[in-house]
Amino acid sequence: MERTSTGVANEKVLMWTFIGSECMLFGSLIATFLAYRDRSLVGPFEEELLNIPFITVTTFVLLMSSLMMVLALSAVQRGDRRGSGLFLLLTAVLGLIFLGGQVFEFSHFAHEGLGLGRNLFSGTFYLTTGFHGAHVAIGVIWLLTLWTLALRGRLGPEKSVKVEVAGLYWHFVDVVWIVLFTVIYLMSGAAAV
Amino acid sequence: MGTYSGGLWSWITTVDHKRIGILYFVSSLFFFLVGGIEAMLIRLQLATPENTLLTAQAYNQLFTMHGITMLLFVVMPMSAAFFNFVVPLQIGARDVAFPRLNAFSYWLFIFGALFLNASFFFGGAPDVGWFAYANLTSSQYSPGHGVDFYILGLALAGAGSIVAALNFIVTIINLRAPGMTFMRLPLFTWMTFVVSFLIILAFPPFTISTVFLLFDRMFGTLFFEPSGGGDPRLWQHLFWIFGHPEVYILILPAFGIVSDVIPTFSKKPLFGYPVVVYSGVLIAFLGFGVWAHHMFSVGLGRIANSAFSGLTMLIAIPTGVKIFNWIATMWGGALRFKSAMLFSIGLVAMFVIGGVSGVMHSSAPADLQQTDTYFVVAHFHYVLFGGSILGLFAGVYYWFPKVTGRFLNEPLGAVHFWLMFIGMNLTFFPMHYAGLHGQPRRTFTSPAGLGFEWFNVVSTIGAVITFVAVFVFLVNFIRSLRTAPTAEANPWEASTLEWSIASPPPVHNFDRTPEVRSRDPLWHDGIVLPAAEEVFHMPNPSYWPLVTAAGLLVLMTGALVGLPLVLIGGAVAVVGIYGWSFEPIH
Repeated sequence: MERTSTGVANEKVLMWTFIGSECMLFGSLIATFLAYRDRSLVGPFEEELLNIPFITVTTFVLLMSSLMMVLALSAVQRGDRRGSGLFLLLTAVLGLIFLGGQVFEFSHFAHEGLGLGRNLFSGTFYLTTGFHGAHVAIGVIWLLTLWTLALRGRLGPEKSVKVEVAGLYWHFVDVVWIVLFTVIYLMSGAAAV
Repeated sequence: MGTYSGGLWSWITTVDHKRIGILYFVSSLFFFLVGGIEAMLIRLQLATPENTLLTAQAYNQLFTMHGITMLLFVVMPMSAAFFNFVVPLQIGARDVAFPRLNAFSYWLFIFGALFLNASFFFGGAPDVGWFAYANLTSSQYSPGHGVDFYILGLALAGAGSIVAALNFIVTIINLRAPGMTFMRLPLFTWMTFVVSFLIILAFPPFTISTVFLLFDRMFGTLFFEPSGGGDPRLWQHLFWIFGHPEVYILILPAFGIVSDVIPTFSKKPLFGYPVVVYSGVLIAFLGFGVWAHHMFSVGLGRIANSAFSGLTMLIAIPTGVKIFNWIATMWGGALRFKSAMLFSIGLVAMFVIGGVSGVMHSSAPADLQQTDTYFVVAHFHYVLFGGSILGLFAGVYYWFPKVTGRFLNEPLGAVHFWLMFIGMNLTFFPMHYAGLHGQPRRTFTSPAGLGFEWFNVVSTIGAVITFVAVFVFLVNFIRSLRTAPTAEANPWEASTLEWSIASPPPVHNFDRTPEVRSRDPLWHDGIVLPAAEEVFHMPNPSYWPLVTAAGLLVLMTGALVGLPLVLIGGAVAVVGIYGWSFEPIH
């Protein structure tokens, strides 16, 4: 690593700063979602649609992916080539399962008559969770790229900061989901069981 | 190493912060002329009652594009030009933290600016004001492509600003020379740091609101659609949460410049350095809590209006502190009235006028009388022209020798200053009266006999004088570039690190990384150079930032033209990102 004033790698400071910026991005989405809650003029309404048990499962999957991410970083730092590849792939796969859940959920809602421009809930819901989903998708592509590097033996301990930065991003995207899960699903008034 | 290779390709692939700074500067100068011509057309139209020079349609496009251009394509990139050129030199760095990302920021900015201006040739520019209030922007009321150009062009330019700001935050945190603590940073670097935070925090809400608008227009969502339960005020909130910090994004770099210029030409350290720093931080912090003073007439209620009134008034305190510190710096100093100093003092005087009228309409009842009149136009032009533009010109005269090794002509500089000073006051001062007499903003003409004809005549004469002043500057600028390079390392006898190296600086800036021992290192023997030679690598040129930005430009164009172009642009951008990621750096 090049010498820095703080001793923290430039890439890490960049990612932390970027996360600060992202907080305002998701903050605006969440604020809009809350401002428009219960103000849809026509159905279907959120409490009729949202399936909390189903999303709890995909939320659990996404949280487990954060655990895999931690294990991947640890493996890279130890120089454990097999573990690096395995855990990076597992993180990405769990992210993909989460995305699959989102695709299923979106198409189910569309089938129930919740088109994009149906009411205020549809716009705020699809854009807020869609922005998050896009972040997960970018993260998956990033992780798979790192995975191919690991497979070719090009992700030694000296490159661990690359994985650490991807990890910061990934954990942040997970934390955003915890907030979205709470705000959109748990606070919706939909049946919890 | 040490010299530049020439040629167009070397500029296209450059990742050198100094060359990127020059690119930003030349681009912003070009748009300054574009925005200036738009302003002249507006003034000529308003010179006489019931003028028919411009149609209402053309007038709406011109005042919209004048605002967007001057704010986002002149003041911001000209500030960025100085961030780029000066900040690494002031902190003792060889480049910014991410040189290729820096080039990427520039390409995003220039593509966004050109894309948005292209709207003039493809069915008309946006004509909804730079604030683009909903639901005038809906596809029902703005069926043309102007608003789409606005959304997509500002998405590009805005992304460029965020990326650049991230880069500067990391650079200032991590690339300071040994001993360059935060409380030794030159004020310009400090304000760059503060402004960068404002940019990364203020632009995302704007991005989101334009995404909502895009979805409303293209996919039929209801965010700003009252018939579907949407609330147009949502746009105003999100826009001003961006828009008000944006005001400080525009003024704080100029504050940073004069905070470096005034000590130099007073031969005194900045009076109350820590307080000036904290005031800048406080202005930025409060700047996030006052957005609704742009919305007093919306009817948010007395409690909300009172709270936003109070917070707005509070901002006068740190701003006033800065004004007094600049005066105290000059007090008892050995003053030299070089052009840079004239412009700096001009800023101090003019910003007081703009600041005071700002405090006037921080009071909600007073604002209700002033809002949407020329009084507000007078106010923000004193702040933005009298503040930002004069401050940026101070920076131009101050750092021109460092950038080029040549001097701008001083007598012409004084002519430029006085013409501009007289011109801007003739233009903007009568607008206070025109506004209090009831002249509405954004109205392309008015009948005779309303009592503000003469104010408008004087304003237009002032605008012509200001335009002549800019012409004098351009003559000076081009002439000076052709003179012999005679500037030494520190021609102004300034105190900060950028003046310790040759003018213009070598590619790698510092032969040896200096160790800094004081706040004004060149005045107090505050630099220690290491004895040993240093080994360092400068980054290679790269075309991947341009490829990636071009991909995004094609993607945005595709949003207007059709899906195939979106996919092609996206693919090019992805190729660009991967080419970039796997390119050897040194």
